[in-house]
Amino acid sequence: MPKINSVTELNELRELAKKNLGLQKKKVLVCCGTGCVAGGSLIIYDRIKKACEEKGIDVCVELQHEPHENNIALKKSGCHGFCEMGPLLKIEPLGILYIKVKPDDCDEIIEKTILNDEVIDRLLYKLDGKTYQSQEEIPFYKKQTRLVLANCGQNDAEDILEYIAKGGYTAFEKALFNMTPDEICQEVELSKLRGRGGGGFPTARKWKQVQRQAEPVKYVVCNGDEGDPGAFMDRSIMEGDPHKMLEGMMIAGIATGASEGYIYVRAEYPLAVSRLNVAISKAREYGLLGENILGSDFSFDIHINKGAGAFVCGEGSALTASIEGSRGMPRVKPPRTVEKGLFGKPTVLNNVETFANVPLIISNGAEWYKGIGTENSPGTKAFALTGNVVNTGLIEVPMGTTLREVIFDIGGGIKNGKNFKAVQIGGPSGGCLCLLDEHLDLPMDFDSLKKVGAMIGSGGLVVMDDSTCMVEVSRFFMNFTQNESCGKCVPCREGTKRMLEILEKIVGGKGTVEDIEMLEELSDTISSTALCGLGKTASFPIQSTLRYFRDEYLAHVVDKKCPAGDCQALKNYYIDKDLCKGCSKCARNCPVNAISGEIKKPFVIDTEKCIKCGACVDNCAFKAVKEG
Amino acid sequence: MSNIDFSIADKILDSYGRKQSSLIAIMQDLQAEFHYLPQDILEYIAKGLDLSIAKVYGVATFYENFSLEPKGKYIIKICDGTACHVRKSIPILETLRKELGLSDKKHTTDDMMFTVETVSCLGACGLAPAVMVNDTVHGSMTPEKAIALLEEIKEEEEKNA
Repeated sequence: MPKINSVTELNELRELAKKNLGLQKKKVLVCCGTGCVAGGSLIIYDRIKKACEEKGIDVCVELQHEPHENNIALKKSGCHGFCEMGPLLKIEPLGILYIKVKPDDCDEIIEKTILNDEVIDRLLYKLDGKTYQSQEEIPFYKKQTRLVLANCGQNDAEDILEYIAKGGYTAFEKALFNMTPDEICQEVELSKLRGRGGGGFPTARKWKQVQRQAEPVKYVVCNGDEGDPGAFMDRSIMEGDPHKMLEGMMIAGIATGASEGYIYVRAEYPLAVSRLNVAISKAREYGLLGENILGSDFSFDIHINKGAGAFVCGEGSALTASIEGSRGMPRVKPPRTVEKGLFGKPTVLNNVETFANVPLIISNGAEWYKGIGTENSPGTKAFALTGNVVNTGLIEVPMGTTLREVIFDIGGGIKNGKNFKAVQIGGPSGGCLCLLDEHLDLPMDFDSLKKVGAMIGSGGLVVMDDSTCMVEVSRFFMNFTQNESCGKCVPCREGTKRMLEILEKIVGGKGTVEDIEMLEELSDTISSTALCGLGKTASFPIQSTLRYFRDEYLAHVVDKKCPAGDCQALKNYYIDKDLCKGCSKCARNCPVNAISGEIKKPFVIDTEKCIKCGACVDNCAFKAVKEG
Repeated sequence: MSNIDFSIADKILDSYGRKQSSLIAIMQDLQAEFHYLPQDILEYIAKGLDLSIAKVYGVATFYENFSLEPKGKYIIKICDGTACHVRKSIPILETLRKELGLSDKKHTTDDMMFTVETVSCLGACGLAPAVMVNDTVHGSMTPEKAIALLEEIKEEEEKNA
């Protein structure tokens, strides 16, 4: 493909791509995000392609060629977000969304819907007796405002031309030719864009600080090390609309005077890495990355660095150390990353979603952006809605949307008719919120969540039902943080270890009231003395569960009971006399000989000897062993 | 020195221009070749990049993804992220370990076919609980489905044997 050397050529290319896009009679979008791929969507894509070819239907994949008459365009799209219902398949311009598509459905889809515009009712989404034909009507989507994720699921994720046809790289063009670096920073400042990675730090302030540095070499770094368990927003953006993020990085390059960018992606996201590689090489081919872009004096290139499995690398100074090829350990600040970051040079470090917001702000203006969301947290936020909720998936809502709207209206409530108990927000640095109305009706933005001891974090929302033990959840997070502690500073290295020991003791049924006090004391000390964010926030899940679920801790240490029935060591097993046939199978399988009895008479468990392994439950053919 | 083919290492080192800052990427590529990082390779990298062995060893042991022990042909990672954890991922881990005779100490089967480990989050939370076999994610797993998956792999292996 020839390199584009000027704005005129870019616009010509855009017009051509637009025209060819318009000529595509039917567009079949197969969701190829990690979720749907796991459900077999690539097989579906291949099956449709092959079947169309056999039927003599012209399948067009590339936009630079004019499609033949009677064509269909087959696209691998990014994540639609409705992962629970995958694999998803969308047919435009009919606007039909098919869910849970199987390879065997493909022939029927081609025959009926693609060729004859007939709808296959069986594959449509249904809820409470109502059938939904189009995506927009489905309650899961209705309350969302998809701006950053607008192209995810609608575009061919690997096709730069489709991005260009839909107005992609116009913000970059505007920033490059019609704005000065100061004006770009000014616009971002006016928009009040705040970092989506967790901290909520004003993006423009970072950019201005880097811009001010006298050092000629500067870097733009994108943090795609989305390590929070239960979060996959950044993954979906990188997989579904990689160019939007690249465009944001390039605008940051113009604003700050950097000519090189790095993307640090988790190695656990192989698909994101491959999509980014495709996007970068296409952008280079077209001359949107490289020397003298569009004939200007601006040069910029982007490299990808794969992480190697260290959560702490999400911290700025650890991330830059990792790109430099060292152990990813945070260092003492100042100097801050904006002064001495990557390779000791001034560095803009923002998260994937933050960069993806930038083209929207530059194209539509700060005033438009401020019209969405709340006064101090404008814009939207993508959340990964997961756990015991009916509709899991990726959602995007304006800042200030309440938890109630997210969990019940979009998420469809709690799975399997159980009761809502808590929602964990913000990953291992965040907190657990509970059923209280003041929590459910809290507008979610950076500041209001802090007041109740939680944080937006990167946007993971894990919904928990009443079978989840909150003490065990604390133990789970502490185990995670302790594993990921880099070991550099004592408070985090030793403190998390001790807190984990105490929590293990409590869920093991050996805790005391003093242990709870010790947990509180350690929490305070670690959060005020640890070196980096990982340590400082390590105790947040404990602090919030102690605040809202203290009864549960007390039940574990005083009554030696787990109210949720989740902690194995606190379970009590007994044999139901009426159900037991006296077959002795449980006694024979008990590793500690805690069960005794006479054949053909009910057996009994000696609770003193019982180690609560559950072997008797597994082995009883009559379901006579009960937990209580 | 053992019978390791160092020409692969040379090729990889050269592809990164023997830049010290590419240490992690180089080790990732080498691990993809050898399935782990043999000691001789670590020493060879140190020499090739003009770094101390301590530095290379330090980086190799810092990151979770690097292994100094040989791993199985199929690396099964059970996601134990929050979403998978609350949708009960641990029973899947326990079932797989039991089935393959592995434990929290022993991760790889003696025939070097399977390695079972946990991972903090695969980002496939919408399909919790998730399991990744090499680079392929399998969603909405149950202990029964995990066994079926294992059988499938074993059958495939026998067919190819």
